[in-house]
Amino acid sequence: MPEDDLVVATKVRKEFGGLVATDDVDFTIPRGAIVSLIGPNGAGKTTFFNQLTGVYKPTSGSILFDGTEVSYLPPHTITKLGIGRTFQNIRLFQQMSAMENVLVGMNCRLHSGILGAIFRFPKVKREEEEAREKARELLVYCGLPRRHHERSGSLPHGDQRRLEVARALATEPKLLLLDEPTAGMNPQETAEFTAFVSKVRDEKGVTVLLIEHDMKVVMGVSERITVLEYGAKIAEGTPAEIRADERVIEAYLGHGVGQG
Amino acid sequence: MSSVSERARGFATGPRDKWIAPAVIVLGLLYPWYVEALQALPLIGDFIPSTESMVVMVAFTMMALGLNIVVGYAGLLDLGYVAFYAVGAYTAGWFASQQFDQVTFSFLSSVPDDQPGIHITMWLVLLVAGFLTLFAGILIGLPTLRLRGDYLAIVTLGFGEIVPQVVRNGDNFFGFDLTHGTFGIAPIDAAGFPVLASFTSLPKNFQTSPNRAMWFYLGAFALLLITVFCTVRLRDSRLGRAWIAIREDETAAAAMGVPLMRTKTWSYAIGAFFGGVAGAYYASFRGGAFPADFYFQFSVFLLCMVILGGMGSVWGVIAGAMILGYLDREGLATIGSKIQDAGLEFDPTKYQFGIYGIIIVAMMLIRPAGLIPERRHRIELEEGVHDTPFYDVQLEGTLTDRDRTDD
Repeated sequence: MPEDDLVVATKVRKEFGGLVATDDVDFTIPRGAIVSLIGPNGAGKTTFFNQLTGVYKPTSGSILFDGTEVSYLPPHTITKLGIGRTFQNIRLFQQMSAMENVLVGMNCRLHSGILGAIFRFPKVKREEEEAREKARELLVYCGLPRRHHERSGSLPHGDQRRLEVARALATEPKLLLLDEPTAGMNPQETAEFTAFVSKVRDEKGVTVLLIEHDMKVVMGVSERITVLEYGAKIAEGTPAEIRADERVIEAYLGHGVGQG
Repeated sequence: MSSVSERARGFATGPRDKWIAPAVIVLGLLYPWYVEALQALPLIGDFIPSTESMVVMVAFTMMALGLNIVVGYAGLLDLGYVAFYAVGAYTAGWFASQQFDQVTFSFLSSVPDDQPGIHITMWLVLLVAGFLTLFAGILIGLPTLRLRGDYLAIVTLGFGEIVPQVVRNGDNFFGFDLTHGTFGIAPIDAAGFPVLASFTSLPKNFQTSPNRAMWFYLGAFALLLITVFCTVRLRDSRLGRAWIAIREDETAAAAMGVPLMRTKTWSYAIGAFFGGVAGAYYASFRGGAFPADFYFQFSVFLLCMVILGGMGSVWGVIAGAMILGYLDREGLATIGSKIQDAGLEFDPTKYQFGIYGIIIVAMMLIRPAGLIPERRHRIELEEGVHDTPFYDVQLEGTLTDRDRTDD
């Protein structure tokens, strides 16, 4: 694995009024790694995600992605630089087909404009055909071998999760952010999905940042884990180190067993 | 193969679709030739719109299709679309009338060359009007499209009021008569074929031609065909997908790399373009641009057409626009006279907006997606044959399970 870091976040702080959602978080993601971000509910994990993807601007701090400062860029520019994401509560374009969802993901990699759309120059036609072919392959790759032309909102939950990943991969990301991807999946689906994440990393060379509550997934798949509590980083290390860390155990178990 | 056709049934109506569009085009094109035969029919004859009314209905349909790009595709509620109609109509006034009689300029115009004012052939003016309106759309769009939902609607409402006010009071624009105030600009030159007329039987000027309504209708119909063609092509393009993605989920669209501002502004600008062209053509047909036409109700009227037909659905919007356009032009008056013939004192034209309101409420209750709802999936299904090889790849069991979860 290469030594350099794909993401270097320094003292990332986000305040919503008086609430400090992320409290001077330092965070690095090595290129090619699978890194997990865990913590009790409300710890600031998704807020951190949203700052990485440009949905929120940090109050202070800096986020370097692949050498570029991204903390003040709009989301679509960040996506173009190579960060693809999924959402905690599935946010597909429900009225569009699975295929179209993936094609929207490719939006920033395609070039046709208005005149191209109206006159369908050979170049545009070719681009469109190639995009569709690629989308088809991507859907199959993500475990959606069929029903590409159905309304995505009518797909089963597990397939919608898979489709979100396919759509994120369509943006050709260097870094793939997965926000609680196994939420609502049954154990078998979860196991399949965990294997799939490793496969994507190995085959596509994508770095993965995962927010996850299922400790089995986190411990099984990640090379490094960062733990947030009340917006602050309380621990960072390998799964074995995290499992033994007292502050983590306290954060998770101290306030009452099983209640995050 | 079989699974494709099975699923196709859910969305598409099958081979029937293939000849609907050509049939409608041919029927539409030939309308002036059989309208009199239809009007001679017993019972329904009185309800057949004249070619003259059809010109207006077709112009309204173009505007509705333009609005559909903004409201239906990109999901941006625009309550000030009438502003674009105004810009289009006044562009026609500026470039094809005696408004600027300080200069005498003529270019392939249907009026004599020695008339004062700028007189450019209407076909070119339509294009100019389209682009000026497109530019106006960008100007209005840039500051307003940062807003979402209701806030956007309120600001567009504001612009829909500003433009007519400017037009009404533009007779002394820093000492310059830009719009001729409440009188409006009239007469505006008619469309025509001044060059071709010299060696063909085409009319030099539609307005003075004995088949005035027919020629205006054919011109409007041609413009409508172009509009439909462009809207359909745009819908199925990269840009169209980006619009619909924004409509479905703005945050997700941005996260997938869709530049929100640029994409929204384009929807606004292109929607405006068609409104401008239609406005200019309609002004040429009416022979003038009058500030009294650009009232807020007209924006709502166009919006009703889009909602009635089915937001985002090209066929639906055409149907909705033709129906409401018909009621506005002739339908209500015809129905009213029938009611009065029956001895009742009731004039539906007095209550026209009430009636449109009732139609919309009824639609929302009975068929909220519109008369002909948008079908995003048909084109996809026609191409869907490519999928076949992938079907047998996966486990049989899971597939049938998944199929059952269909909505």
